[in-house]
Amino acid sequence: MRTIERDTVVDAVAKLCIDANRYLPADVRRAFEAAQAKEDNPVAKEVFRQLLENADLAEKSGLPLCQDTGLAVLFVEVGEEVAVNGGLRDAINEGVRKGYADGFLRKSSCDPMTRANRGDNTPAIIHFDVVPGDTLKISFMAKGGGSENMSRVTMLAPSQGYEGIKDFILDRVAEAGPNPCPPILIGVGIGGTFENAAILSKKALLRELDDTHPDPETAAKEKELLQLVNDLGIGPMGLGGKTTCLAVKIAMAPVHIASLPLAVNIQCHSARHKEVTL
Amino acid sequence: MAEYHLTTPLTDEDIAPLKSGDVVFLSGTIYTARDAAHKRLVDTLDRGEELPFDLKGAVVYYVGPTPPPPGRPIGSAGPTTSYRMDAYAPRLYSLGLKASIGKGRRNDEVKQALKDYTAVYFGGTGGAGALLSQKIKAAEIVAYEELGPEAIRKLTVEEFPVTVINDSHGGELYVTAKR
Repeated sequence: MRTIERDTVVDAVAKLCIDANRYLPADVRRAFEAAQAKEDNPVAKEVFRQLLENADLAEKSGLPLCQDTGLAVLFVEVGEEVAVNGGLRDAINEGVRKGYADGFLRKSSCDPMTRANRGDNTPAIIHFDVVPGDTLKISFMAKGGGSENMSRVTMLAPSQGYEGIKDFILDRVAEAGPNPCPPILIGVGIGGTFENAAILSKKALLRELDDTHPDPETAAKEKELLQLVNDLGIGPMGLGGKTTCLAVKIAMAPVHIASLPLAVNIQCHSARHKEVTL
Repeated sequence: MAEYHLTTPLTDEDIAPLKSGDVVFLSGTIYTARDAAHKRLVDTLDRGEELPFDLKGAVVYYVGPTPPPPGRPIGSAGPTTSYRMDAYAPRLYSLGLKASIGKGRRNDEVKQALKDYTAVYFGGTGGAGALLSQKIKAAEIVAYEELGPEAIRKLTVEEFPVTVINDSHGGELYVTAKR
């Protein structure tokens, strides 16, 4: 059994929180540049110019890319042969506490009823997966409220199939319109159970924007959905244009014979995430 | 699309010419308020008490900034999604508010209030928090400090860039902008 010191996890998570909020991922920057070149609407072009300038400024000034530095969502793959001194969950929460304080990030976690701010952005939302091996892979995502509020889970009937899935996604994006900071990313979770679909839809957003799904049929669906969403013409910031969405990412799981759960997780344009393996 | 440079407080004469799609650079004082602060403002009015700032000609920015790092007045400060303030906004407009700044769609009651009280709804670039922070020269908390990021702050801005989404004549950029 390999042992990792608590401080190693705390410091690594704190760094993930700060870096993910400050540096625009390279794949997102490439997508902005490609979209800016493709747009012929001057307003859409201007939005991308501002977003690229914003990314440069954040990097230079150390300010976060966006004022909504999110709830801290962590996907953790824990090797069966690794342990953390003092407990993994506590170490992760301490890392989030430290990262949001040291990085001057906004603390957005509050009581759901009284709305009193908890002051340190904990508890983090943590999804653990046990995997073979003796390493710890921690993926951090800063999930802002504006885009999260536009996300939905639904339970389709199996007879509704891919057509039903397609209609639901397009309706969701049209209804969300300018609210979630388009151009958006769309994570789609299909199958499993109610809660499983939701987690799949969010985990799908950790993939690189320009990767291709390993299953050719799913890859084709991602491409088709991206085209259909962009044909809505909502455009960057909802001000019209060719780029409503930068990528659609699908994740699937086997499902009950009676069910077809579907989750659509909408992510804002800056798609802040970062991972580390310890 | 026209370009305007306006200084707060705003008047009917400033607002009336604005059309959806116009770009405006705002200078002067604007006040931050988002979800929890709006609830408190309206509760204050319900109790018949005075608001912590003068609404006449005022501009309210829907933002919850990040904490200021040393040497800066404010952290990142881009607009938050506006529909969550729809329940409170018409009342504030009726009492003299001239503009709000946020992102995303407003409901019919807000759009009607803009017409009734010669006011506008501006959109800022969502997510451009570091960029917009550069246009904020000073910030001080004027109410509800315990709300942290949701406290009401008085901001001094210079040439703060916004776009008219809903004007005082019923025009809406989100409707006309789709290609």
